[in-house]
Amino acid sequence: MAKFGKKTKAEVNIPTSALPDIIFMLLFFFMVTTVLREQEILVEQKIPAATQLQKLQKKTLISYIFIGKPKNTALHGTEPRVQANDALMNTPDIVQWVNQERDMLPESDRGGITISMKVDRDVKMGPISDVQNELREADARRVLYASIGKVK
Amino acid sequence: MARKKNRMSTEVNAGSMADIAFLLLIFFLVTTTIASDKGILNVLPPKLDPLNPPPEIDLNERNIFVIRINSNDQYLIEGDYRDNTDGLDEELKAFIMNFGSPDEASVALYNSLPASVKALAGRNPESSDDPGDAVISIKTDRGTSYEKYLEVFDLAKKAYFDIYAARVNLSTDEYRALTGKNDAEESLIDRGKEGIPMAISIAEPDKIGGN
Repeated sequence: MAKFGKKTKAEVNIPTSALPDIIFMLLFFFMVTTVLREQEILVEQKIPAATQLQKLQKKTLISYIFIGKPKNTALHGTEPRVQANDALMNTPDIVQWVNQERDMLPESDRGGITISMKVDRDVKMGPISDVQNELREADARRVLYASIGKVK
Repeated sequence: MARKKNRMSTEVNAGSMADIAFLLLIFFLVTTTIASDKGILNVLPPKLDPLNPPPEIDLNERNIFVIRINSNDQYLIEGDYRDNTDGLDEELKAFIMNFGSPDEASVALYNSLPASVKALAGRNPESSDDPGDAVISIKTDRGTSYEKYLEVFDLAKKAYFDIYAARVNLSTDEYRALTGKNDAEESLIDRGKEGIPMAISIAEPDKIGGN
């Protein structure tokens, strides 16, 4: 009978002390790459619910406009206001803002600019239709009424 | 000569570091809200050119489904007062697919439809002539709340998407999720829409009850 030599067991413990470092590296990677929207929203945003939601294929074409009652009512009053980028603005300035946004897009995409209107559900149709008129004036006619999915 | 000390192992137990890091990772994953880009797409009409006004097109009253919402958020749907929108999407579908007096092209369209959509055709002479002529008109006051407007707009979209989806044998959700990113999806979208344009007209609000 063949006699097997007693195998010398190799040390099989994988050193795991580097594992936290790897995970921290992952954590930092995610923390750095996650782009948080740095916009401070100055108006109230209770987005209404709807069922027929669509997603746009090209997110770069979307510019956001926020409409709602200002959070700081002492400073901005209680009437619904329009916010784009970081500041509240008046309705007639929308045309200029749209043109700025459009200039930031590559030339081939400028026709497809889409304005995502994030409107608080308590806003009345008056201010919204004023904004839409300005958007028509600026020839940015694709509008996305931002809404969240309704639970059926 | 100093005696060699028998040092105790001074290695800190680092095994739980991974757990702490995971906890942090999960915390960030959960708290990060990704801006959602979902919504209801609407294409506004082109701006009015004062020198070149759009031609006045007279549509038969039967081809327009009029939905009005006043500043008290009450509905006037085809002349009838309502205070809710229950069943409106079914009425809209029946209106669009009515085929009251179809011309040749719409007869061909009708024959190409699957049975489930054909069943919607009521042939009511007082409703729309054919899907190509049917228009849903939504008119609000300046004081109407945005939520009500969006609800009605949503239902009008639903009526069209239901029809489109039934034509290509998909569920409405599946049809809406098509983005046209490849040829197969694009042809599905086109087959659904063909001959039935989405005609939802948003009228300028009346100056009542708002500012």
